[in-house]
Amino acid sequence: MSLAMKQQQNEEINLTPLSISKPEAKLYLSFMYVAFISLFIGGLMGLLQVLVRSGDFELPLGIGYYQILTLHGVILALVLTTFFIIGFQFSLLGKTVGMSGRQRKLGWVSFWTMTIGTAFTGTAILLGKANVLYTFYAPLKAHPIFYIGLALVVVGSWIAAFVNWHQVYIWKKAHPNQKTPLLAFMVTINMIMWVICSIGVAVAVLVQFIPWSLGYAETIHVLLSRTLFWYFGHPLVYFWLLPAYMAWYAIIPKIIGGKIFSDSLARLSFILFLFFSIPVGFHHQLTEPGIDPTWKFIQVVLTFMVVIPSLMTAFSMFAMFEITGRKNGATGLLDWFKKLPWKDVRFVAPFVGMLAFIPGGAGGLINASHQLNTVIHNTIWVTGHFHLTIATTVILTFFGISYWLIPHLTGRKLTPKIHKLGIYQTVIWAVGMLIMSGAMHIQGLLGGPRRSSFSDYGGTEQAAEWVGYQVAQAVGGTLLFIGIVFMIYIFVELCFFAPKGEEEFPIAEEEKDAIPTPLWMENWKLWIGITIALILFAYTVPMIDIIQNAPPGSPPFDSIL
Amino acid sequence: MHFHKYEKIWLIFGGASLVLFLAILGFGAFYLGTHPQSHGAIIDPENVEANEAFQKENLGLTKVDEDKYIVNVVASAFHYDLGNDDNGNAVSRIEIPKGSTVLFQVVTKDVVHGFNVAGTNVNMMVEPGYISSMEVQLNKTGEFTLLCNEYCGVGHHMMFATVEVVDDESSNETAAK
Repeated sequence: MSLAMKQQQNEEINLTPLSISKPEAKLYLSFMYVAFISLFIGGLMGLLQVLVRSGDFELPLGIGYYQILTLHGVILALVLTTFFIIGFQFSLLGKTVGMSGRQRKLGWVSFWTMTIGTAFTGTAILLGKANVLYTFYAPLKAHPIFYIGLALVVVGSWIAAFVNWHQVYIWKKAHPNQKTPLLAFMVTINMIMWVICSIGVAVAVLVQFIPWSLGYAETIHVLLSRTLFWYFGHPLVYFWLLPAYMAWYAIIPKIIGGKIFSDSLARLSFILFLFFSIPVGFHHQLTEPGIDPTWKFIQVVLTFMVVIPSLMTAFSMFAMFEITGRKNGATGLLDWFKKLPWKDVRFVAPFVGMLAFIPGGAGGLINASHQLNTVIHNTIWVTGHFHLTIATTVILTFFGISYWLIPHLTGRKLTPKIHKLGIYQTVIWAVGMLIMSGAMHIQGLLGGPRRSSFSDYGGTEQAAEWVGYQVAQAVGGTLLFIGIVFMIYIFVELCFFAPKGEEEFPIAEEEKDAIPTPLWMENWKLWIGITIALILFAYTVPMIDIIQNAPPGSPPFDSIL
Repeated sequence: MHFHKYEKIWLIFGGASLVLFLAILGFGAFYLGTHPQSHGAIIDPENVEANEAFQKENLGLTKVDEDKYIVNVVASAFHYDLGNDDNGNAVSRIEIPKGSTVLFQVVTKDVVHGFNVAGTNVNMMVEPGYISSMEVQLNKTGEFTLLCNEYCGVGHHMMFATVEVVDDESSNETAAK
């Protein structure tokens, strides 16, 4: 690297982040409002579920268990996550590369498209016309408005993606030969992954589900629709996870008073996540008929490639913690660990999330392990697993982000009182999840099924044994709901009542003498090319097989819902 | 790009563990034949009886050889059809002698179902248009819950039966009775 380039990079490091204007803040906050309303509704549904499954509670007013289960999945897994992520990513770009007036207007188009879509889908669910769960497996049929709403949410998110790319493109043009700011680079990657993967579910919904639910198509190819869904369904979880990683890599260092461990390794890990998040959907379909087991195995191997960027991330985090601790005077082998800001909720909440990712990741390895999957497939172990990953790792990081992002956007302060509530919230969440997710994991290993209302299964001893774990889940789930009430209170305080002031938008910097990031890391054509090549490799042959050897299609079933 | 020395060690160790892990999975799958259920045979879900195995009289448990059994099942919301007993009543409980080899063959007439003998490795998705099939050896005695573990509608949690794995002697006794 030439001296001139090095100088340029150093200059860029010293660029001060932009400030977020009032109209921009309003846009970002709107996404957050929907996200937190969703958190409350979805959490309440979760509470009702664990109570029903304890065997001591029945839903009133003819509300069905599978209706609230559908609402829980859709509003938390699809609505809360997508709204929070898009709002957060917009704010990251507003802060690092800026947002023009026109881009902001398009941001509003994205927001309203997604919100109207959510209202459509929500209405279908509330009317009991869409008890198909958030995976909407054919040939269960929901009201067409359910699918149309989902399609609108996806289209709205695409608009956000194009705005994001445009924001980065404009910045890039104004700053030739400079590397894209790390957070903007990460947002770009996440939205590339999101658009490429959601094309799968969009095709399924537009080409298969909507015509079939409207009666224009008599039958649907079930396995094809499931394969398209899971082509989307696994990268979906990385779409949730990568924004948490953005905070871990590029925001937490600032909060704890440190620097980014390595800018280029952070970028490399995101590139690897882009490659290996999508060509892997078969590991959700391992026990399904009609898919060649060799291709299942190939996708299992591709799935496991994410171990490498995950190990890189774990190393970066703890290296960054240690370096920061030592800089603050830590000596000895582990003293640096004590030097971390254990009273700062902006750090503690995401840190607990990181810890949850150790058992969460280990459980994921088991789930994806080809033949081992048979032991836990569709047992409540799986529910326990993703309540560690999405509902602890990701959500606690999102909460950790909210403690500074919301007041930054509303021009208020995170007061010591709210701060303390946040710490309590984190502890309640950790304890509640330990109980609920732990009980789910054990019950799953004993064979207890997921996605099932209370049942004694004809009075078998096994089923009697499961009830004890379901009671434990009710205890954990109740604690988690209390945690949600805390969080909603904190959100409302930070939005409307906390004292006016200025809360920092923490963005970490590199060390002054950091080794410059190579510019080839922004070879987008190459990264997208490799991503598509991997997808074509993993899916072309088995897809042709699935289509060529198709059985007769299935008519819709909705009278059994 | 620069990798810290410890990070290199960490990644080499992690990478090597990964290779070893995948090699074990691959050995199990391709050499020992422990692939997950992936049967490819297709069937018309609206006419499963076209396949002899799924005609009413062939449903449920059939002994085909010494220590060899077939269990044919037609799943539909919210019921596993295991055939009728001698009195014409629907079978909801099957007894299989311990140690015998059992081939489970399952189809659905309507939506997607699960087929899980809880606590055993019998766990398959059952999808319209395909025959799901899996051969296992049941080596643990006891009462197992056969249940649907893929959501199939309002009565999903009421879709179950019982599989009892019994000691050879006690099964002979039952036969003698």
